[in-house]
Amino acid sequence: MATVDLKDAKKVYSSGVEAVKGVSIAIPDKELCVLVGPSGCGKSTLLRMIAGLETISSGTVAIDGKIVNAVGPAERDIAMVFQNYALYPHMKVYDNMAYGLRNRGTPKDEIDSRVRSTAKVLELSALLDRRPRELSGGQRQRVAMGRAIVRNPKVFLFDEPLSNLDAKLRGQMRVEIKNLQRTLGVTSIYVTHDQLEAMTLADILVVMNAGLVEQIGAPLDIYEAPASTFVASFIGAPPMNLLALTGGLSGPTLADGTAIGFAPADTKAATLGFRPEDADVTFNAKAPSGALVLPATVEAVEPVGAESFLHCAAGGVRIVMRVAGRAAARPGDQLRVVARAEKLHWFDKTGKRVG
Amino acid sequence: MEKRVTFSRWTVGILFAVPQMLLIFTFFYWPAGQAVYWSLTLQQPWGGGNIWVGLDNFRSILASADYWNSITASLAFAAISTGLAMVIALVLAALTDRQLAGSRFYRVVLIWPYGIAAPALALAFRFILAPEAGFMAVVNRAWPGFWDPGLDGADAMASIIAAFSWKYVGYNFIFFLAAFQAIPRSLIEASAMDGAGVVRRFRDIQFPLITPTIFFLLVINITESFQDSFGIVDIMTSGGPANATNLMVYKIYSDGFKGLDYSGAAAQSIILMMLIVVLTIFQFRFIERRVHYR
Repeated sequence: MATVDLKDAKKVYSSGVEAVKGVSIAIPDKELCVLVGPSGCGKSTLLRMIAGLETISSGTVAIDGKIVNAVGPAERDIAMVFQNYALYPHMKVYDNMAYGLRNRGTPKDEIDSRVRSTAKVLELSALLDRRPRELSGGQRQRVAMGRAIVRNPKVFLFDEPLSNLDAKLRGQMRVEIKNLQRTLGVTSIYVTHDQLEAMTLADILVVMNAGLVEQIGAPLDIYEAPASTFVASFIGAPPMNLLALTGGLSGPTLADGTAIGFAPADTKAATLGFRPEDADVTFNAKAPSGALVLPATVEAVEPVGAESFLHCAAGGVRIVMRVAGRAAARPGDQLRVVARAEKLHWFDKTGKRVG
Repeated sequence: MEKRVTFSRWTVGILFAVPQMLLIFTFFYWPAGQAVYWSLTLQQPWGGGNIWVGLDNFRSILASADYWNSITASLAFAAISTGLAMVIALVLAALTDRQLAGSRFYRVVLIWPYGIAAPALALAFRFILAPEAGFMAVVNRAWPGFWDPGLDGADAMASIIAAFSWKYVGYNFIFFLAAFQAIPRSLIEASAMDGAGVVRRFRDIQFPLITPTIFFLLVINITESFQDSFGIVDIMTSGGPANATNLMVYKIYSDGFKGLDYSGAAAQSIILMMLIVVLTIFQFRFIERRVHYR
């Protein structure tokens, strides 16, 4: 239906605060783009700029090839699902969904058929005569989605739509949103601070930090090759283990003086990282060659069922290891963490990926 | 669960309530009781106690055309001044809420009028609306005799309505603005994305959501227009010309303290009190029901 193109979009508030410092993203038709980042990274501001609720200080936002900088939110033909749903409390579910259509002068019987068919898809048919206060959190969420879908817009915008739901419902709704988006085939932009939501929903994942894009790509590509230490520690739970390197006489060493024993993939490398599942935990003293071997002391064990997380002190820092099922280790145990060289990530002094 | 302070002994609770109870008793129940007593008796001109006359005071008041005139004037005053004060305040608050240029300035300025005592305000309006020297003198110059509150009852009524409304615009404005600002920003944004323009947004979203405040102000404005109008009438028109602005509350004063008809004035007080009670009950029974959406 539509593409969304941001070119060097900036937002500077009148107070001088730069919320978005030049962002360029190209979202192809029918794809779901997730903006993820910590709070204050500018992702919501960027979404609101696309929505037309915030002015664009410089750069352009184009929907379907047309630059919409000067177009009001109503004329951009987009629909937004707000974090607190923003349902009209004094209107019934039916009217909440019909309101946008009525404002656009849609004929009455068409409104009726569209509202009812949308309600059917979202399993809201029995709730059309209720008011928002009579609905549960999950139902309100559905109504907010329905209000967006019924208008059949070019683009959907989601502003942390699941953050007010409990964990179980969040999981369900996540799958539902993904399915709906795929069946409707509407280009969507989804803002979240939850990296799990970001990973599972995104066709294109945009990791933002401090008003800038850190990395754009397919979720798994980003997971497997994070462009910076920020992305490495933000995407993935538990996050990637990062260990700073210092130059020693016989090659780079870790903070506690342990030599890593082989040359880094790049001479500029200042930090090495490995995913919690990319290293083996062993009590065996024998070390394979071409691998990073870290003596570690277990500090805490977190069993979560299918896997366990071992929090260890190693190389002068805290690291987390992921092991399948029940962990044999107990707090206080001495063990070795073995990470093969090809599983290591290298970053330079500024945190950028090298090698 | 609601958290409540509880006292281990009921006497402590009573002690805390006593000052407030004393105030209410001294300044409401006792005078109201006295008024009821006076309204059912006749004071002797040279003292020597009251004579029980039953409902005679009420009968004579309700038979008086002057009194019915006063009731009509009061109702007209209440309706027009409440309407004006609320509509103007609503428009101003809606504009301020939109953060138009200078909104911070008139947010402060509009709150002041309510702080001005009614007599001072009335004196100012007497000068402003004086037919020979005030603002309206310009109009009189173009159309001689157009404006003369000293002779024309309708002009006099318009004057006190203007003064009273001006004061309550400020009061209503504060409440309306607070109500507008209590509407979640995202609702306004959602309606903007739903294609509702400023006017439609006001009609469909903001107005329905502030109906509890509108109701509250309606009760307060009507009640106050029966009571707080005294100072304005006293300074601006003294009830004239020809009783055109002799509102109920002013008639109580002039009959009681100028005409020295304590019993008649007391009976009028009771009637005014009943009228306000009935109006308030009516508003709560029939209007408040329609304003709850939460």
